[in-house]
Amino acid sequence: MKDFSYVRATSAEAASQAALQAGAAILAGGTTLLDLAKCGVAAPETVIDITHLPGLSDIIVSADAATIGALARMSEVADHPSIKAAFPAVSESLSLAASAQLRNMATIGGNLLQRTRCPYFRDPGTFPACNKRAPGSGCSALGGVTRNHAVLGTSEHCLATNPGDLAVALVAFDATVSFAGKTVLVEDFYRLPGDTPDKETVLGRGEIITGIAIPASAAAKNSIYLKVRDRQSYEFAAASAAVGFELEADGKTVKDIRVALGGVATKPWRARAVEQALIGKTLSAGTVEKASRLAMEGAVAQGDNAYKIELAPRVVVRAIQQLALKTAMKTGGLA
Amino acid sequence: MTIMVPRKHGDASDGMVGGRLSRFEGNLKVTGAATYALEYPTEGVVHAVLVQSTIAAGKVVAVDISRASAMPGVLLVLTPEDDLGLRAAGDWAGTAPKDEAYYPLPRNVQFNGQSIAAVIAESREQAAEAARLITVSYEETASVKDLEDPAAGEGKMMGNLTVGWGDAEAALAASDVTIEAEYRTPREYHVAMEPHGLIARWEGDQLTIWEPSQWSHGMARMYAEWFSLPLENVRIISPFIGGGFGSKGQPLAFGAVAVAAAKKLGRPVKLAVTRPQNFTSYGGRAATRQKIALGATKDGILQAIVHRGYSETSVYADYAEQTGAATPVLYKVENYSSEHRIVPVNTVTPGALRGPGKNPSSYGIESAMEELAYALGMDPLELRLKNYADHDYQSGKPWSTRRLREALTEGAAAFGWEKRSHEPRSMRDGNTLIGWGIGCGTFPVIRAPSEAMIRILKNGRVEVVSGSIDMGQGTYTILAQTASEALGVPVDQIDVLLGDSRLPGSAIAGGSMLAGSITGAVHKTAVAARDELIGLALSEAGSPFRDTGANTLSLAAGRVSLPRDDGPSLSLAELMTALGRDTLEIRRNTLSDDAQTAEDQRRAWTTMAKVMGPTMGEFSMHSWCAHFAEVRVDEDFGTVRVSRMVSAFDCGRLYNPKMVESQWRGGIIMGVGQALLEEGIVDARNGRTINNNVGDYLVPTNSDIPDLQVISVGVPDLNASALGGKGVGEVGIVGVAPAIANAVFHATGKRVRDLPITLEKLI
Ligand SMILES: Cc1cc2nc3c(=O)[nH]c(=O)nc-3n(C[C@H](O)[C@H](O)[C@H](O)COP(=O)(O)OP(=O)(O)OC[C@H]3O[C@@H](n4cnc5c(N)ncnc54)[C@H](O)[C@@H]3O)c2cc1C
Ligand code: SF4
Repeated sequence: MKDFSYVRATSAEAASQAALQAGAAILAGGTTLLDLAKCGVAAPETVIDITHLPGLSDIIVSADAATIGALARMSEVADHPSIKAAFPAVSESLSLAASAQLRNMATIGGNLLQRTRCPYFRDPGTFPACNKRAPGSGCSALGGVTRNHAVLGTSEHCLATNPGDLAVALVAFDATVSFAGKTVLVEDFYRLPGDTPDKETVLGRGEIITGIAIPASAAAKNSIYLKVRDRQSYEFAAASAAVGFELEADGKTVKDIRVALGGVATKPWRARAVEQALIGKTLSAGTVEKASRLAMEGAVAQGDNAYKIELAPRVVVRAIQQLALKTAMKTGGLA
Repeated sequence: MTIMVPRKHGDASDGMVGGRLSRFEGNLKVTGAATYALEYPTEGVVHAVLVQSTIAAGKVVAVDISRASAMPGVLLVLTPEDDLGLRAAGDWAGTAPKDEAYYPLPRNVQFNGQSIAAVIAESREQAAEAARLITVSYEETASVKDLEDPAAGEGKMMGNLTVGWGDAEAALAASDVTIEAEYRTPREYHVAMEPHGLIARWEGDQLTIWEPSQWSHGMARMYAEWFSLPLENVRIISPFIGGGFGSKGQPLAFGAVAVAAAKKLGRPVKLAVTRPQNFTSYGGRAATRQKIALGATKDGILQAIVHRGYSETSVYADYAEQTGAATPVLYKVENYSSEHRIVPVNTVTPGALRGPGKNPSSYGIESAMEELAYALGMDPLELRLKNYADHDYQSGKPWSTRRLREALTEGAAAFGWEKRSHEPRSMRDGNTLIGWGIGCGTFPVIRAPSEAMIRILKNGRVEVVSGSIDMGQGTYTILAQTASEALGVPVDQIDVLLGDSRLPGSAIAGGSMLAGSITGAVHKTAVAARDELIGLALSEAGSPFRDTGANTLSLAAGRVSLPRDDGPSLSLAELMTALGRDTLEIRRNTLSDDAQTAEDQRRAWTTMAKVMGPTMGEFSMHSWCAHFAEVRVDEDFGTVRVSRMVSAFDCGRLYNPKMVESQWRGGIIMGVGQALLEEGIVDARNGRTINNNVGDYLVPTNSDIPDLQVISVGVPDLNASALGGKGVGEVGIVGVAPAIANAVFHATGKRVRDLPITLEKLI
């Protein structure tokens, strides 16, 4: 790890200003940044610590929305009673992520900017070729071990999975992220790799995420995050799904449904085709199964990751079933 | 410098052998007060960082160190260009060293991740950054990725591992029912919580090394041979070890580099092997493949076992992960044939990892037995009991003790095996398929001599002194218990000193042999100390016992009295004062009387020359176990969770059941990892282990582990050890993976014959 200078930012503007310098990096919880510095992927000259900036840690839940400051810790958001009540999938996506120690350190802003776990990206000493790390250098994952690589949203230049859990739940419920005076949908915040996999988001240099907002909705309130992996805890998703729905007054027909996928795509993946196929329908086993298969439209297997194409729709089915059961138990009748 | 772990009172259990005392050093560990090797404050210490190869095979043509050398704080860069002046060391077995130079940073690259250079700087960060700036040019040559690489070939037959009796091929051909299957296990790693590393310090020609060690004397010898020093000039200090599992029994190339650098610089050098580097600085468990054919009569009497195994080794040394190690001892069989081959591939030489050989071996035979049970339509428990081995068919010798039948029956009763339904996929709970499986395990009793010293101090405290080590398995505690029982002194009056090669000699903490060996030595020494003390009390002027006319004395609860307690009664401190003694020091070993020369002792403590295998002598001696596992498999996701385990063990007498149970459970937990998660993943293109970190190489977390019920069914085995125990450290992992694989088959109807059982193999 290279020696770097440490600056404690006193205001967001000053932090932004400082972050514009070459070799500057913003430090929040540090669980991604320090990890990458140890791998030799990040080599900041200056680290700008924003964790002391005031006013960026609040969690405010109103009837319309939850607004969460960029510096709120993962664990604080996960455990927040109003988040749990109004946005269960968001809370679950956080508590199923990483480990207790990491969740206590890591921030919401940092979480959105976590980097891929592609082993080739993380080992520059051995695998110089990585378009994400060194644009134009090639992709070492092609022809390598791809068990955890994406099947959706890939390009010939990069098939790295976006590993985050929270962002999946955020994308499902039309959350927005604010930075540098702008507010964009989380879904639009992330970019597909295309031929510029190094550009993962629309965040500009020196721009600082100030917070996120999740609009309240019946679907968000009635939601679930299901994460499937070999190890019971402390592992990234083999496949995950954030699902929420609202039923018509008949208690059967789907009025609104949100489905997003994690662990299978190069960005948090909203499965709109699945949603469209279910709106206006009842959630019968056959309908749900058929619709869930649409989640994999356009999926491309690359060697070892083919199982994800089989697995992900099953995760969607189960998430919908579990949520339907929960809904039925709450409303007292089986849908 | 030696760490002494004082015993504080506070455990209600009695201090005798067999008492459930908590670990003496537990408090130090959980409060962070225990000092591990790299935490020793050493004045003027500088830091070494390794540079490892990024290709699988070839030659280092040039190492450009110009940028690294120019970095601030950099003191020294070592590359294959530097002759460090080292000589080859002898091996474990005690074979004399070859008369040749040793290059810990060789030019010849034989695997990806081989150390080829090192940077030493004032700070670790400076050294690490400079190491990153070194550029190496290679001349690459063809490499073999792993056992399954078509270029790997058939390897080399290990003649000494060919075992046979009867006519297995013919008996197999004549059997009513046969099964044949091939089983695979991947590369697995120790991933001890404490990574490897050391601090090396020279004072003149005296070398002190702080390094986690499973064998302080053996490691001291190898360092001495590398650096052409007399053995007594090298001191290894290792009072606490953060897990070894077989990886910390000998010095490794990085150790030679650090010591050489310290010598060149005239300053102490600290070298911390990074977590990724831990995956290639020493070998984990070799990948294996074994084909097993079983033949049986219609009613399930085993007729033949034919076993053909392979394990990978490196291209520069032979290491056999003996896939046939458990196969011949588990069942009664009249016709047996086994062969094992080793296949050189471009990896670091594999090494011993908890239960070497026995572990993959039991995965093979115990999976095959279950396959046979299904071919016969027979309950797998019944099949095992039906073919119970009344003696060791391989050696022809009787067992010393073998309570595997009790392990199977008592384990089955505790598990509720009789409620099992035989058909696969016949037990479910919603989307979850439930399955039950059995796996038996075994581990040989390996015996070795040890030495110990007992010091009785003027203040009445007793010190037990040994160069053996405690890596968490309980040596500190059981040695106090052993001395307490033999001396009649309460454990809270006993201090134990361990983990220093200057202290009396000891067997290695490996092969599950240490506890049996070192308790024997401490027991012998304590009895001698007691005799000596009583002799002095009866004969010395000043002793109130001199004129009592007694010809012996009793020592109990720390007091010395007449046998019928009808006269003086003195505490140890009072007696020492009366005798006018500062200390009474007794040293004994368990070498035979005709092997007490200095050379005998050197060989005994620093090599494996005096180690005895399980069938040396009249009996065949082993620990045994039977694991019963319940798994819950999500039928849509293929995820396997172990929901319940009962394991019954025959390990003879337990010196401290609390610690034994934690050894067993630790082994079982590692077995769960082996069954479901652990696998070194290698990129075929360059032989790199790409999941070389604990984020990606998965071991079980707490939530992967259910309640583990462990049961002891053993009886004391006085042929196995002085106090009647058999090894407990390794047997626990043996048989877990097949129990789980068998349970997965029972749950799903899918037989997974290559570990780990990850979700994509089941969906
Ligand atoms: C072993 C391990 C397992 C993990 N498992 C999971 C998992 O299962 N699921 C999951 O979702 N995540 C997982 N993570 C990732 C973890 O959630 C992230 O590391 C964490 O959320 C990052 O937050 P941080 O505050 O520590 O970020 P930092 O490391 O401080 O920052 C991350 C990046 O964002 C930038 N940054 C931070 N804050 C801002 C801001 N406000 N504005 C602009 N830029 C900013 C930094 O410069 C840096 O580039 C795991 C991480 C590890 C190490
Ligand atoms: S998949 Fe993407 S991140 Fe991984 S090596 Fe290829 S370009 Fe780099």
